[in-house]
Amino acid sequence: MADKYLEVKDLKIHFKLEEGILKAVDGVSFSLEKGKTLGLVGESGCGKSVTSQALLRIVPDPGFIKGEILLHNEGDSKPVDMVAPDKDSPFIRGIRGKDISMIFQEPMTSFSSYYTMGNQLMEAILLHRTKDPVEAKKIAIEMMRKVGIANPEKRINEYPHEFSGGMRQRMMIAMALSCNPGLLIADEPTTALDVTIQAQVLEVMQNLQKEFGMAILFITHDLGVVAEMCDDVAVMYLGKIVEKGSADEIFYNPLHPYTKGLLKSIPKIGKDKKTRLESIEGTVPVPLDLDPQCGFCDRCTEKIEGLCDINDVPLVEITPGHLVRCFRYEEVLETFEQEQNTLKESLV
Amino acid sequence: MESTDVLLEIKNLKKHFPIKGGFFGGIKGHVKAVDDINLFVRQGETLGLVGESGCGKTTLGRCVVRGISSTEGEVLYKREDGKTINFLELKGRDLKSTRKDIQMIFQDPFSSLDPRMTVYDIIAEPLKVSKQEAGFDIDSRVKELAEVVGLNVKHLKRYPHAFSGGQRQRIGIARALSTNPRLIVCDEAVSALDVSVQAQVINLLEDLQKQFGLTYIFVAHDLSVVEHICDRVAVMYVGKVVEMTDTDNLFTTPKHPYTEALMSAVPKPDPRNKMKRIVLEGEVPNPANPPKGCYFHPRCPHKKAICSIECPSLQEVEPGHYSACHFAKELNLSGVS
Repeated sequence: MADKYLEVKDLKIHFKLEEGILKAVDGVSFSLEKGKTLGLVGESGCGKSVTSQALLRIVPDPGFIKGEILLHNEGDSKPVDMVAPDKDSPFIRGIRGKDISMIFQEPMTSFSSYYTMGNQLMEAILLHRTKDPVEAKKIAIEMMRKVGIANPEKRINEYPHEFSGGMRQRMMIAMALSCNPGLLIADEPTTALDVTIQAQVLEVMQNLQKEFGMAILFITHDLGVVAEMCDDVAVMYLGKIVEKGSADEIFYNPLHPYTKGLLKSIPKIGKDKKTRLESIEGTVPVPLDLDPQCGFCDRCTEKIEGLCDINDVPLVEITPGHLVRCFRYEEVLETFEQEQNTLKESLV
Repeated sequence: MESTDVLLEIKNLKKHFPIKGGFFGGIKGHVKAVDDINLFVRQGETLGLVGESGCGKTTLGRCVVRGISSTEGEVLYKREDGKTINFLELKGRDLKSTRKDIQMIFQDPFSSLDPRMTVYDIIAEPLKVSKQEAGFDIDSRVKELAEVVGLNVKHLKRYPHAFSGGQRQRIGIARALSTNPRLIVCDEAVSALDVSVQAQVINLLEDLQKQFGLTYIFVAHDLSVVEHICDRVAVMYVGKVVEMTDTDNLFTTPKHPYTEALMSAVPKPDPRNKMKRIVLEGEVPNPANPPKGCYFHPRCPHKKAICSIECPSLQEVEPGHYSACHFAKELNLSGVS
């Protein structure tokens, strides 16, 4: 049961720019079991999309990644490390689409308009599962039926412009799941869709997860979608996970001031109507040459002067499975002091 | 529908876009983006227009500000001097002076600001175009506006690229406010923003409404935002209004199956309350070739024989509650909350 499929340890993704080093992701760790869904939540620029790109090694230049990304495939004695090999090596290419696959946000631009849907769907199948085009077509049609596309025998020969947004996103899911991956990364898969279509696509994803048992890393900024889809939630801010826990804990017992603020700033249907929304003042800073400090301290209403603005905050487990990165909690302070002491000792 | 405090009334408004094609570029048909809409907005209220993409809510908003010309219909606007005029028939000087009263805020803060103009010029442009009285101090007005929407006056000489999404939306709001309008059409004004920034802009819009007595037509697809900010809501589907009533009524006792399904499709930010969703089959029909009868009947879980034959009109089923469904009175639909 508790077999971790994916383990990410201290992942760092930095971009060397003329202006300095941009730390898009700065020390992110999480793990994911098969059949479970982890939600990665945060606002634009918090590093959630780059994290997912690192898992497939498709981080755009000039980004470089450090840390460990371990993949525990069945039958393998040792976990596979995704960071060490070259990003264009046959090894990484063998993992893309087979063990890890991805659904992108924009269903309108993620297909090539020059090839038929069937051609694009069968590409991964021919690469990883079978060499026989007839069999590949059979698999493709079967996948299209599973994601609820009517008349797949005819539609497989159509071009992307003949599909609506919701249909394309279903095709995207069919394509991603065609090689039965262990991990599916969904990067804002429903953000561009209407609510009724979003409901359809989310239902398809839930049903297919039951059937195939893959792990899903669900990246979104919509807290409503997170509550419906995810078992666990990691909240990211400025390249760091600031809080992690089960969905229930995050929504009912949020600990970090940022999570609290985020939950308060969404209007909820049927609740506290016509009262003022509590917003988080200010905007997300650019993670360029940051001094050690809590990334949220400029916008935080609970910050402690002389502590939050000069020290990096450790991520500490408060209750089993619920981690937070905030000095407001004694456990965090204790861990911080211990770290400082060991640091001093090592210097002496 | 009439009442003394109605600021704007839309009567039988239509906007049909011709589809050209063939060898000689003849007209093959029409996309009925806005099809026979009747609405009214009261002074000082916020009317929400909701619906999925392609339902015509943006087109309706643009017709109201005369950003595009309408095919048919009237937009009756009650001027400050109490006279009611048809905004769509105005010309020349009358049009220019009335345009000042009706302004618009756009969805995408990245493409609605000219990248080659400074923020100062962007906010000042409507003031220059609408020709203020002699001696009018544009400079102090621009600075005042910047303060009202929470922009730093020192940043006025910068270009839009130097601002974040939330700040750009504030610039757009300042521009809309510059001519002292009475009605603002907000076309998805907060949908491109992150949640924490979205809350800031929603609060700003509410404050400005109180401060200047503004009336909003709030075009949106996010129902939780609409419930928060709107006094009344009109739900649109394929170019028609299918339901219109007070926000509370709409969310507790919807009278149209589409409204019910739309509300149940919104994911709730509450992991303990996973409500059973009504998942609608199929997709929104093409407005160039809508189905016969009620446009919603192919997806409707309550459809009966008459629905595929006759198109229901918008009827008052309860005082102030309008619905376009043959069975509005009989169906027992459940809302949220």
